[in-house]
Amino acid sequence: MNYTRGLNASVSFPLMIQVIVNGSAHRLERPLDVAALIARLELSGKRIAVERNGEIVPKSAHGSTLVADGDRLEVVVAVGGG
Amino acid sequence: MSEAFVIAGKAYTSRLLIGTGKYRDFAQTRAAVEASGAEIVTVAIRRTNIGQSAGEPSLLEALPPSKYTYLPNTAGCYSAEDAVRTLRLARELLDGHDLVKLEVLGDPHTLYPNMPETLAAAKQLVREGFKVMVYCSDDPIQAKMLQDLGCVAIMPLASLIGSGMGILNPWNVQLVIDAVDLPVIVDAGVGTASDAAIAMELGCDGVLMNTAVAAAKDPVRMARAMKQAVEAGREAYLAGRMPKKLYSAAPSSPVEGKIAPSRSKAA
Repeated sequence: MNYTRGLNASVSFPLMIQVIVNGSAHRLERPLDVAALIARLELSGKRIAVERNGEIVPKSAHGSTLVADGDRLEVVVAVGGG
Repeated sequence: MSEAFVIAGKAYTSRLLIGTGKYRDFAQTRAAVEASGAEIVTVAIRRTNIGQSAGEPSLLEALPPSKYTYLPNTAGCYSAEDAVRTLRLARELLDGHDLVKLEVLGDPHTLYPNMPETLAAAKQLVREGFKVMVYCSDDPIQAKMLQDLGCVAIMPLASLIGSGMGILNPWNVQLVIDAVDLPVIVDAGVGTASDAAIAMELGCDGVLMNTAVAAAKDPVRMARAMKQAVEAGREAYLAGRMPKKLYSAAPSSPVEGKIAPSRSKAA
């Protein structure tokens, strides 16, 4: 956790964070909760599961879990497989 | 010998488990699964496409989890850690569903199982409350280890994944069956209907396949053939086959009461 960077950012210029979703970088102008991030990625209503930094974010916690700068998220679905 | 096929306390009618990969489209997937009579279907867990249209068809619509028992797999995982993470995601995705197929691969060429990682993953998954059906080598010692760790089904390969080479070592499959008290399901290697029948005749409790059906010229027809082969093999196993003899000198028709031999040809 890099508190200094977050503190400086909030003081000197609008907070901009970057998260990695399924291996791709997404820049967010402010921290979002997982539900809002899912909505922004146009995945709302889709049957998905979310892992954040290696830990499951349960559906019940999507609205209360904030994503932070540098977070790595995996958003998965079920597909055909053997 | 019981007729029931029970996995983790739930009884199934069909002993054929079907993978849902490699089909032309979801319509064909559904048609093949229906023709196979399978009640358990394997699925993979993969990253969703970001920016994909919301109306994109999904596997869960084609094969409703209310109708089929989903068996999420860890295909493509090469470490215990990745396999465990994948199945945690699967459980979250499928609302707490805990019946899973563990497979940890050793290399991308053979897709042969990495048994040390498989054992480590099985231990962790059982600890976390998963019901683990485990893809493994046809080694009776490690099959027993997996049973002792608390797995619910042992699933040795018959030959390499996607090879269609059939039951290459029936003797080892037999040793695995003898080594464990759990259901033994041949997973991988079946190429055509006779392979499935052979697995069942050996005394396997079930067969899991994907490519043999999906890569057939007519997958739906092959799915039907596999259903019949698994049923026929099971019936033959229960019936108990006759012993093999090189020759018997015991013809099926009566030896007595034959008509008199022709004089002209008689010696």
